[in-house]
Amino acid sequence: MDRKVIFPHQVLPYWLLLPQVVITLVFFIWPAGQAAWMSVLQQDMFGSSVDFVGLANFRELFEDPDYIAAMGRTAWFSVAVTCLAMAPALLLAVMADRVVRGGSFYKTALVIPYAIAPAVAGVLWLFMFNPAVGVLAWVLKQWGIDWNPSLHGNQAMTLVIVAAAWKQIAYNFLFFLAGLQSIPKSLLEAAAIDGASASRRFRTIVLPLLSPTTFFLLVVNMVYAFFDTFAVVHAITGGGPAKATEILVYKVYHDGVVALNLGSSSAQSVVLMLIVIALTFLQFRFVQKKVHY
Amino acid sequence: MNDFDRADPWGWLPHALLWTGIAVIAFPLYLTLVASTLQPQDIAQAPMPIFPGEHGPNNYLKALAQGSSMRLSPPVGTMMWNSLIMALVITFGKIAISITSAYAVVFFRFPGRMLAFWMIFITLMLPVEVRIIPTYEVVTDLGLINSFAGLTVPLIASATATLLFRQFFLTIPDEYVEAAKMDGAGPLRFFWDVVLPLSKTNIAALFVILFIYGWNQYLWPLLITTDQNMDTIVLGIKKMIGTGDAQTEWHLVMATTMLALLPPVLVVILMQRWFVKGLVETEK
Repeated sequence: MDRKVIFPHQVLPYWLLLPQVVITLVFFIWPAGQAAWMSVLQQDMFGSSVDFVGLANFRELFEDPDYIAAMGRTAWFSVAVTCLAMAPALLLAVMADRVVRGGSFYKTALVIPYAIAPAVAGVLWLFMFNPAVGVLAWVLKQWGIDWNPSLHGNQAMTLVIVAAAWKQIAYNFLFFLAGLQSIPKSLLEAAAIDGASASRRFRTIVLPLLSPTTFFLLVVNMVYAFFDTFAVVHAITGGGPAKATEILVYKVYHDGVVALNLGSSSAQSVVLMLIVIALTFLQFRFVQKKVHY
Repeated sequence: MNDFDRADPWGWLPHALLWTGIAVIAFPLYLTLVASTLQPQDIAQAPMPIFPGEHGPNNYLKALAQGSSMRLSPPVGTMMWNSLIMALVITFGKIAISITSAYAVVFFRFPGRMLAFWMIFITLMLPVEVRIIPTYEVVTDLGLINSFAGLTVPLIASATATLLFRQFFLTIPDEYVEAAKMDGAGPLRFFWDVVLPLSKTNIAALFVILFIYGWNQYLWPLLITTDQNMDTIVLGIKKMIGTGDAQTEWHLVMATTMLALLPPVLVVILMQRWFVKGLVETEK
């Protein structure tokens, strides 16, 4: 898509593009290329020599039981976060779409977590479930549950999932509500006059017309769960206990920045890059054009 | 809205469910607010009181002026200032370089135009997480560690903002451009007098989204700042908690948490109209 009427200037557009292109080259393209290049190199223990090792880093990575475990954990984590963030959001959006009075109040109240940093969301939940001072931790203990997420991996994982999903509900709610409000009311009224019950109207009209929004949100939530949850994990568990909450983006940070294993970290970067590219492709190829009704 | 539902005897149900939703959303925030008004010994007794205490002003002033004494954190006032500068530079930097890029790509024809456009587009697929070490090295080589330039400039490229402006520029009627040319206005004048005022709503919408994005940064400041006087508030909270043991001064941590979430929450509430529009449009 291009404009017909343009300005006949030859130098100015380059100046206008310069800042963004320079930043993109220096801080995005070059480092990404470096990550790809480093992923096929191996540094010896003392950092004195660097050898080209081809795909050895990747082979090592996929033979590493820690990495395979982190992949499985990430898959489970992102599916759980996505479901837990989307299902309540859909329910709330359907309800907010139905109410005649108070709609804008509900909307404002439910949108707030969007503004809260993932790390801060993590701190809020960490505090409620802190074994020493947390109110909800106290409730769980009253029920006889041995609650201590810094000892029990599955408890830590649950906490991280819930905190990550809690923050994302607001976003999904807004998009579901926008999707619902763009469904022509005349369709629903016609169906109601023909005697279709509310649940039937929902199943046969609302859900199908909402499916592009749903699919779009599925992709966005996966991206969120894969990448934006680093801060939630870092703030709540630091990947622990015993790596129970070490998802892929946490591992790439830990192995690269903390453990300084550059070859492996770069190979992990490349794997993550392929995942983002696949998800972005999905989003633009299958979603973009169909979201409009 | 749904008039035919009005006689519905189940009309109360949506309200009940929405209030449940709000309760779940608000409960962690409420507890944080309460804890920020208590004394440490009140919080330490399990369970802590669920109504606010009287020490709010003290806690907030102490946090703002001194920070957590046990963890040697800088005063929260300093951290908020750092966050504010970071958020504003990122926000306006992204808007400025995106709007000019989009203008160049839409209103001119020149060799390399599509290449530049795709290069900007590709940044969508390269979040910090997938290029941590090499980006860190670039910033180190440029001597930008522990500086506001290092905190902000590498995050300023924005494919989403560029795409949004491009989309909008394509809808500006040709007649405007022709009229401007007839009046002898050059491209810069047209940009300043016509395009920029027309883009006001888009800029407001982007402001909300990008301010939140900037204020809430975590991984990047974690990498780039080692001097604690450069700590941003979102990062600073985590440092104040330490390992989360009995040593943690939860009353100060919770006051800091409230201070950390207030600015972005206010921006969203006050600018909700633009925010919803911007969010739905940039993502499509």
